[in-house]
Amino acid sequence: MSAVLPNNAAPAVQESPGLWTLAWRRLRQDRVGMVCLVVVVVYLAMMVASFAGLVAGDWNKERGVSYANPSFLAGAENLEAREVTNRDGESRAKPVDLSDIDPLAPRYKEWEERAAKIAVTEVKRSETLPFGGDKWGRDVLKKAVKGAEISIFVGLTAAFFATLIGTVLGALAGYWGGRVNDFLEWFYNIFTSIPYILLILAFAAVFKRGLDTIIVILALTGWTGIYRLVRAEYIKHCGREYVKAAQAIGASHASRMFVHILPNASHVILVQLSQHVVSFIKAEVILSFLGLGVPVDLVSWGTMLAEAQNELVIGKWWQLVAAGAGMAVLVTAFSMLTDSLRDALDPKLK
Amino acid sequence: MADEKNLLEVRDLRVAFRLDRHNVFEAVKGVSFDIPTHRTVALVGESGSGKSVSAMSILGLLPENAIVPADSRILYGGADLLKAPTERLRAIRGKEISVIFQEPMTSLNPVFPVGDQIGEVLRLHMGLGSRAAATRAVELLSEVGIPEPHLRMRSFPHELSGGQQQRVMIAMAIACEPKLLIADEPTTALDVTIQKQILDLIARLQERHHMSVLFITHDLGVVGEIADEVVVMQSGAIQEKGAAREIFETPRHPYTKALLACRPRLDRRPRRLPVIDDFMNGPGAVDLEERSRGVKEGDAAILEVKGLAKTFFLKEGLFGRKAVPAVKDVSFRLARGKTLGLVGESGSGKTTVGLTLMRLHDATGGEVLFDGKDLLSLSDREMMAYRRRIQIIFQNPYASLNPRFTVGNILTEPMKIHGIGADQKARVEMAFQLLARVGLPEASFYKYPHEFSGGQRQRIAIARCLTMKPDVLICDESVSALDVSVQAQVLNLLQDLQDEFGLSYIFISHDLAVVKYISDQIMVMNQGEVVEIADADEIYLNPKQDYTRKLLASIPRGWDASRAAA
Repeated sequence: MSAVLPNNAAPAVQESPGLWTLAWRRLRQDRVGMVCLVVVVVYLAMMVASFAGLVAGDWNKERGVSYANPSFLAGAENLEAREVTNRDGESRAKPVDLSDIDPLAPRYKEWEERAAKIAVTEVKRSETLPFGGDKWGRDVLKKAVKGAEISIFVGLTAAFFATLIGTVLGALAGYWGGRVNDFLEWFYNIFTSIPYILLILAFAAVFKRGLDTIIVILALTGWTGIYRLVRAEYIKHCGREYVKAAQAIGASHASRMFVHILPNASHVILVQLSQHVVSFIKAEVILSFLGLGVPVDLVSWGTMLAEAQNELVIGKWWQLVAAGAGMAVLVTAFSMLTDSLRDALDPKLK
Repeated sequence: MADEKNLLEVRDLRVAFRLDRHNVFEAVKGVSFDIPTHRTVALVGESGSGKSVSAMSILGLLPENAIVPADSRILYGGADLLKAPTERLRAIRGKEISVIFQEPMTSLNPVFPVGDQIGEVLRLHMGLGSRAAATRAVELLSEVGIPEPHLRMRSFPHELSGGQQQRVMIAMAIACEPKLLIADEPTTALDVTIQKQILDLIARLQERHHMSVLFITHDLGVVGEIADEVVVMQSGAIQEKGAAREIFETPRHPYTKALLACRPRLDRRPRRLPVIDDFMNGPGAVDLEERSRGVKEGDAAILEVKGLAKTFFLKEGLFGRKAVPAVKDVSFRLARGKTLGLVGESGSGKTTVGLTLMRLHDATGGEVLFDGKDLLSLSDREMMAYRRRIQIIFQNPYASLNPRFTVGNILTEPMKIHGIGADQKARVEMAFQLLARVGLPEASFYKYPHEFSGGQRQRIAIARCLTMKPDVLICDESVSALDVSVQAQVLNLLQDLQDEFGLSYIFISHDLAVVKYISDQIMVMNQGEVVEIADADEIYLNPKQDYTRKLLASIPRGWDASRAAA
């Protein structure tokens, strides 16, 4: 909301700090908030780098033995890995000679010759991986990084759309009141009367499986809380004198709704947005855990946790820890950043 | 000798507030005064003078971030209250020293009946049983003049009027026969008629209970009615203290003189009101030529209102609705270039009249003829052309400016909407001119409303209206929230603008002295109806209606020499 000004108007006059500058200053004084901001920025950078293929591009290469130990636990016993290795050894042992009775026996030689022409490189599977491997020997750390990309992307986009829906509907209901409000409240009540998970499952069953589906599902089910808060905020601000003053100078409805009131409700909306990012990251995990989430050729924290439940039984904890810790750190940092943001952005109508 | 008759002595009190890690704001800078036994001391000052902070430090009711240096002392009964342990303070609070606050509605707990709230004080401090406490509470309610105290005991705060709530607060305050009653702007939120009753009540109670009263106010008129001694504070320091007679009859400090002079008086109407600066940096009040006011028969009318009515509907039950008439059959004429004052108590419908004229409310009936055109029957599109010509300045300058807009945005927005000015550059140019006209520096253009004081914000609001070059300006309690000295400046500005641009004002206020000063004609309203319309001087000299007389009688007269003699 800065003034559009010709530069020659008064070049000597210092522009006073805007509310956003002030908010940034206040945030910078908040140490916890700043640490959290750094954490969140690192995650976002990681997401972008992973999306661009700079890191973890080869997450689905099977580098290690099945359930490879983490490097720092190299000496630990790994029954599953040995079992698989043994099985590999057995398969390379010469099979029992059945050429007398095998009708295809005469052709074996020809086939072996043909097979010999195809170059087969034996991948040396390592015994350990930096933070262990999964069932297929994929690097858990890379998986977690790649999973972060999907999870954060889903969280951010779904939260953005949910906030958009909630804000527009909330603004309409709060500003117009009357019939519009009654209709939207009715719609909201119907929507919230359905158990949340059931609603998600219903949507998931209708749409086909995919990233876009998850985003649509989360956005369509998550707008309700934001709607209520924005509506309340609009009802409050509509009675304020500055809105009346805007009406008195002849500002249109749209201008009053979105130019005058919206910036004053922006702190609520922004905080809601960041809270929903957190809850949607968790919701994606739940969806994927239930098998309704991201497609099988992708990885997210949710699919990792879903795999982890079976692994945990056989004592392979690293996938759970990698995905869990990655998520816990981000979610905590994001929530605390949200708190700091709310304090920094409160406009304080003095 | 002095120690014996002083109930409380404040010595070199300093209070500072920690704002953030680096900044400290000094609110009270070495204040010393005494509260003698059985006397009323008034602490007078404008907002930010530190008067409330001084009083609250007596009870240790300062916020967390307050710093009080060790050499400040508040002596009460031989002990220093600033260093007293919390238990001791808690025993004193409400029992020996009690407080009445400005807003009775927010000071009473809304979920308990008032009888219980009074009873709680009695049980806590006097150790009464619940039955004895209830009996005493009824006595107290009848003592503060609440009718049917038995029934009112069970009322919740919202069921009482503002005046009655303040009476309940007073009943709670005097419940334990305190030695000192601190009244922090107890009548500021109340109508004049109620203010008068409350002031009388406090004076009577002080007499009967032999209390001392510390009366905090910004209004010298009130002080003159009630105080024995006056302490005048400005920006954290005492400018002058003395007996009320000295302060009112022979004020020595220029600030005191200024405060006394810049309040409009009922018997004079100078062309310009004196402002603080005249006294602090100049010779004092100079331009005392009187202005004559009034409307003549032949004056052209710019606005003519006929039978204006506005009814609000409250929901009742599931489908029913109850009609609450706010304005009933109001008719008046506003002469071009003149000011019509609109006075009445809260709930009289004066603000509703203003908002309905602007079509910020839909009228239920009547006509508003503006240059012969009925504004109420215009479509929204047709109304746009007239919107510009009739503008409003609201009461609260803190709420009427969008906190997220720069002053530049605020001033250029109406010009953009109404297509005033050829391009953005021309509009910015106009905005700069208007800022200069209302007495604000150019740099204000780039600032946000929260960086300005109340008076400056009201100037911005005025400048916003002027961008549209209106013919009629409705001032809805526009100076009521301002300090006396700032009020004088804004009133002068409004008057100058009227002289310069020939604006017509509808001046809505509950402050009869201000209305008398600025208006040519006055319309008195009560419960949605017009009681009386007449020229300003006429109405003050010869009120025709009982209600007008009652209203005029309750204006604080300020210092009255005969009272001192009595």
